Amino acid sequence: MMFAGKLLNQVLLTVIMMVITLIVTTSLGMSSVQASPVETFEFQDEVTKVRFQALSKELRCPKCQNQNLADSNSTVASALRLDLYNLLIQNKSDAEIVDLMVDRYGEFVLYRPRVSSVTYILWFGPALLILIGIIIVIVILRKKPVSKESLSLNTEQQQKLDQLLTPSDNNVSSSKSASAQKE
Amino acid sequence: MNKIIRFLPLVLVIALGVVLYRGLSLNPNEMPSAMIGKAMPDFSLSTLNDAEKMVTKADFVGDIVLLNVWATWCPTCKYEHPYLLELSKNPQVKLYGINYKDERLPAQQWLTHYEDPYQFSVFDDQGLLGVKLGVFGAPETFVIDHHGIIRKRFAGAIDVRVWRKEFEPLIQQLITEKQQGK
Repeated sequence: MMFAGKLLNQVLLTVIMMVITLIVTTSLGMSSVQASPVETFEFQDEVTKVRFQALSKELRCPKCQNQNLADSNSTVASALRLDLYNLLIQNKSDAEIVDLMVDRYGEFVLYRPRVSSVTYILWFGPALLILIGIIIVIVILRKKPVSKESLSLNTEQQQKLDQLLTPSDNNVSSSKSASAQKE
Repeated sequence: MNKIIRFLPLVLVIALGVVLYRGLSLNPNEMPSAMIGKAMPDFSLSTLNDAEKMVTKADFVGDIVLLNVWATWCPTCKYEHPYLLELSKNPQVKLYGINYKDERLPAQQWLTHYEDPYQFSVFDDQGLLGVKLGVFGAPETFVIDHHGIIRKRFAGAIDVRVWRKEFEPLIQQLITEKQQGK
């Protein structure tokens, strides 16, 4: 009886695990279906397909500015995907295609802008900031730490301290007299 | 010197604030066109009204041309349509349409229903010409001079105010250029 119960438990567990895996995989599959654009393109070979995918991830949709061509469902993105496909069919090189897109839509279509006088700040700004940070840290670290000598009291200060610390019958009155002395 | 350094962070923060504040009033959708000063791209597409009739850029280059990108799915195009009808009576410019990413029948019905302001509309259902022109969406209007050079791209609806401010001066300039034989 005990043995049968164990077996049943194990079977149940396996079934539950299977169901969970099924749910996870189907939901993942569904989300990838929803994200992909509607048109279908046929490619003559695998290389062109990979190039198409790479370029449509690299190029930004002009209308919906935080999506690339592969992600976007906007009209202009679908037009650009078709154009990209046609250009690939015409055996244009990746560089030529990117140049052509930049000619029409400006540097903006590139998710990785080219290095030019306009984009220097984008490319070299972060490195410059890190450099400035490092310099500041070095400058701070190289400042000589305050020496113990300058921190120690001179004889006059030591005497005053001793005076204050010597036990008297009433601390309040002594401090009062000290302030009175000052005046 | 030390005092100046003490105020440096404050100055930097204020400068950053000014930059970010300015950013608030900028419109990220206002993109400059990369096509200004370039020649009108070549194309060969059918007209909207006649699927058999192919047109190319030779069909309208030579005049001062307004090229209006429109579609039936575009509500703003409906808004600007009455003014386009008015523009079609303006002898200084010739108005052509690009029916962008649209279907032929609804587009034809649109033009019969609201009247047709265009000399003709290029039927660009796949957005092929649109992509060559660097079109972002509809409505968009291009000004093309008598040499076939793109002189202006305007994104958004045209009305009287926009026309006077954005287009009128350029059109006058183009007319004088044309008269001087430039």
